[in-house]
Amino acid sequence: MKRGLQGNKQEDGGGTSGGCQKTLKRSRKQRREKDLEDEESRWECLPQEILLHIFQYLPLLDRAFASQVCRGWNEAFHMPELWRCFEFELNQPASSYLKATHPDLIKQIIKRHSDHLQYVSFKVDSSRESAEAACDILSQLVNCSLKTLGLISTARPSFMEMPKSHFISALTVVFVNSKSLSSLKIDDTPVDDPSLKVLVANNSDTLKLLKMSSCPHVSPAGILCVADQCHGLRELALNYHLLSDELLIALSSEKHVHLEHLRIDVVSENPGQQFHTIKKSSWDAMMRHSPKFNLVMYFFLYEDEFGPFFRDEIPVTHLYFGRSVSKDVLGRVGLNCPRLVELVVCANGLRPLDEELIRIAQRCTQLSAIGLGECEVSCSAFVEFVKMCGDRLTQLSIMEEVLVPDHRYGLDDIHWEVSKHLGRVWFPDMMPTW
Amino acid sequence: MALNSIHWFRKGLRLHDNPALREAVQGAATVRCVYFLDPWFAGSSNVGVNRWRFLLQCLEDLDANLRKLNSRLFVIRGQPANVFPRLFKEWKISRLTFEYDSEPFGKERDAAIKKLAMEAGVEVIVKISHTLYDLDKIIELNGGQPPLTYKRFQTLISRLDPPEMPVEMLTDTLMGRCVTPVSEDHGDKYGVPSLEELGFDTEGLPSAVWPGGETEALTRIERHLERKAWVANFERPRMNANSLLASPTGLSPYLRFGCLSCRLFYFKLTDLYRKVKKNSSPPLSLYGQLLWREFFYTAATNNPRFDKMEGNPICVRIPWDKNPEALAKWAEAKTGFPWIDAIMTQLRQEGWIHHLARHAVACFLTRGDLWISWEEGMKVFEELLLDADWSVNAGSWMWLSCSSFFQQFFHCYCPVGFGRRTDPNGDFIRRYLPVLRGFPAKFIYDPWNAPESVQAAAKCIIGVHYPKPMVHHAEASRLNIERMKQIYQQLSRYRGLGTRSENINLYFIFMMRKLSGPHGSHSCDSFQNLHEKNSFKAKPGFYSAGVFFSSKQEVLCDGITCSSLMSVTCSSSVQFYLYNSPLKLLYIVKTPQ
Repeated sequence: MKRGLQGNKQEDGGGTSGGCQKTLKRSRKQRREKDLEDEESRWECLPQEILLHIFQYLPLLDRAFASQVCRGWNEAFHMPELWRCFEFELNQPASSYLKATHPDLIKQIIKRHSDHLQYVSFKVDSSRESAEAACDILSQLVNCSLKTLGLISTARPSFMEMPKSHFISALTVVFVNSKSLSSLKIDDTPVDDPSLKVLVANNSDTLKLLKMSSCPHVSPAGILCVADQCHGLRELALNYHLLSDELLIALSSEKHVHLEHLRIDVVSENPGQQFHTIKKSSWDAMMRHSPKFNLVMYFFLYEDEFGPFFRDEIPVTHLYFGRSVSKDVLGRVGLNCPRLVELVVCANGLRPLDEELIRIAQRCTQLSAIGLGECEVSCSAFVEFVKMCGDRLTQLSIMEEVLVPDHRYGLDDIHWEVSKHLGRVWFPDMMPTW
Repeated sequence: MALNSIHWFRKGLRLHDNPALREAVQGAATVRCVYFLDPWFAGSSNVGVNRWRFLLQCLEDLDANLRKLNSRLFVIRGQPANVFPRLFKEWKISRLTFEYDSEPFGKERDAAIKKLAMEAGVEVIVKISHTLYDLDKIIELNGGQPPLTYKRFQTLISRLDPPEMPVEMLTDTLMGRCVTPVSEDHGDKYGVPSLEELGFDTEGLPSAVWPGGETEALTRIERHLERKAWVANFERPRMNANSLLASPTGLSPYLRFGCLSCRLFYFKLTDLYRKVKKNSSPPLSLYGQLLWREFFYTAATNNPRFDKMEGNPICVRIPWDKNPEALAKWAEAKTGFPWIDAIMTQLRQEGWIHHLARHAVACFLTRGDLWISWEEGMKVFEELLLDADWSVNAGSWMWLSCSSFFQQFFHCYCPVGFGRRTDPNGDFIRRYLPVLRGFPAKFIYDPWNAPESVQAAAKCIIGVHYPKPMVHHAEASRLNIERMKQIYQQLSRYRGLGTRSENINLYFIFMMRKLSGPHGSHSCDSFQNLHEKNSFKAKPGFYSAGVFFSSKQEVLCDGITCSSLMSVTCSSSVQFYLYNSPLKLLYIVKTPQ
């Protein structure tokens, strides 16, 4: 290694900048003296722990280069600690602009490091081939005991396009072998009830996090089985059609740990869809059991599909309305969501949201973040809203063009008024006029 | 020896407020105004017929106006680098003038021509008149980096002197003794070509909705100001069904080609505001349209990769989907969403769409629904949109796809609801998509939801006469919001899988803001004082808090506003970690008087 370093120095020393050369010469001299002083301080003798520490800061490619330097570094390159966590990127040139993990590297990992892997994620582009490649890797991970597994579709849900049986058999390999899986993120995949049963049979003691939004092959009974058996489950993400009173009751059972995070996606499959309701008593049970849990709800509904929602009090903390939502529904949010912390409304109808916002400011005393997209609000009402919330509003985002100037405030006043009440500088969001 | 000049037109196709052109005639015996056009390149270029027509009309108009001064326009067939040396010799040229081009490609081309001119002993005079400001000054004021937020840009602008006044229009008096030698065969050699000559098929081409040329531009600006004066309202006009249509007061294509001087527009707006509002000084928002353009020119001027994702330092890498079929459906107005398809039809037919309509289709193509790269959308706009300037086009696309300039990404335009709110009756759709004319307003934005009987009565069966929607919008936007979150989680090195994640959207916006603030060292004097003395008395105004990135000084926070009497002290420095590197944040806190 010393040789290599000297070689580098000579190269650098050959540069044209005089000043640089001088310092280099000096440092070379100093280093030579030092080298003479303690012959022992050689790079190859660097203790493995320190090398490991350094390697942990290097990206994979740099580690690979470093591994060519000497035997010691090559050994360090293969230390299990460096292979606990890996992100496979599977992309096809025809469907992605990004590079994929090199196939040789994948082979190497499967051959030499599969038993070291603990935190694994797969990022997959929109092609079926990539999803299949991910599953091929998964099914070869027979020696490993994963703690975390994430299957992430970066563009379109490509796992949904592959044969379900292939997907299931690959996934169950992990379930059966791992035994101590704690986090599982399998949104937008064809996972089904029987495979969840395998998960439960093998990992019920360790599972803490399960994210499975938009998994159409899972039924309410399938997720109920997970909730019944996995008493350590703290975070759960699923679609509304899987949410049931029974599920909430199961999650609030005495044996169950406190739930920390429940995310529900409410997506309409076809217009005019009827959604079931959840009893207030079930939410109350949840609240008694896990008084601090976050309930995060994403709504992607047409305005007229909100019928069953927000009729009774609901312990929701984070609300996201991805589509237009009526004044009526937002009025109900103000009445029935006392725990609300964060509210995002992408759009509402034609009339300004004034009274609704004021009511939310009055009743949602925890509210600290709000984002408004295409929601008209009069400047006065907006200022009043901010005044009522004051500096507890840590996030406040609204597009300038939806603020309606009125007799009290114009668009130029609003930034001052709002900044005053927030106690910090604030501006509305701008979009380019072109 | 007589002084012979060439004025080289590129953009800036006008005689009013054209400082470089004035330099050309100043003290010159002859002047020749040239425009380079490569006819072999025209047909194969990425520019659509509407843009070519607009350009040719501009040139016609320029030629007509030059004739009034006993001059002519010389349209030269060929490439500047090949032809200039010959022209310099043939016409015994000693001076070349042109308008400054701030775009990286233009700067490169101009540097080459300057070199050629120097070699031929030709003096070169370059003047800034396509932008309000000298963009390099803005960058300098920001510590050598272009500002990355519009707010920051506005702050910088407010510290600059107002733009220079427009110069006088070229007239007979200004021409003085300067003449243009015109030969008999000028028309054959240097005339403005027709679209047919450029290889375009003009059969069935409807007449231009946006006629090109300086004369038209000057008529429009008067109309534009009259209307503003009449409504006496300088706020952004509220969007309605009418604003979607091409307006005879629209100016953007004229600004793009330089048929209208942005400085003239700027000062006319100022005058009018002062007149109507009784001498109160106009707010920056009055110039919104002009300043956005300026913002993107500034961001792009030193970044040759501004129109790319890869290798572009200000662009976030997003794993966009490559999907040529879906892209083609979008570009050809076959998405099955009438709102999107009507806008794309208008764009193809007329060459202009309202800026909110641009937001709608850009959001749909990229982060909203199709998850296709903004670069693809930008290329389509490049072909079809009359006012698509390289910098402004790329910049707006990055903005709208949330790839840069860091703004809220939680909000996606709904391809059904957005249009319905703007034009509840659907007249815009019926105008551009006649096949849907028979649908009642209730279903015109989502005709696939109409009962069969309604479709039959409208004589348009969805899936037969008009396509079914190409995506399930609710599902797509759910997915894409997730994708965006993933990307920004990574950017902020947010603890990944397996750890608890409490916050949703706004958290990430917040992180983005933290990471994105304007870079470079601040020029605010008080900031230095603050650092040295830990306390200072602030004058009223806007101050920024500073963050030190190890040794490099970076400013990340938006700023703090002080009212006139408030004193500001620096209370403490706080360590926190971002991007795994230790940061030191200087808090500036308000203290009681």
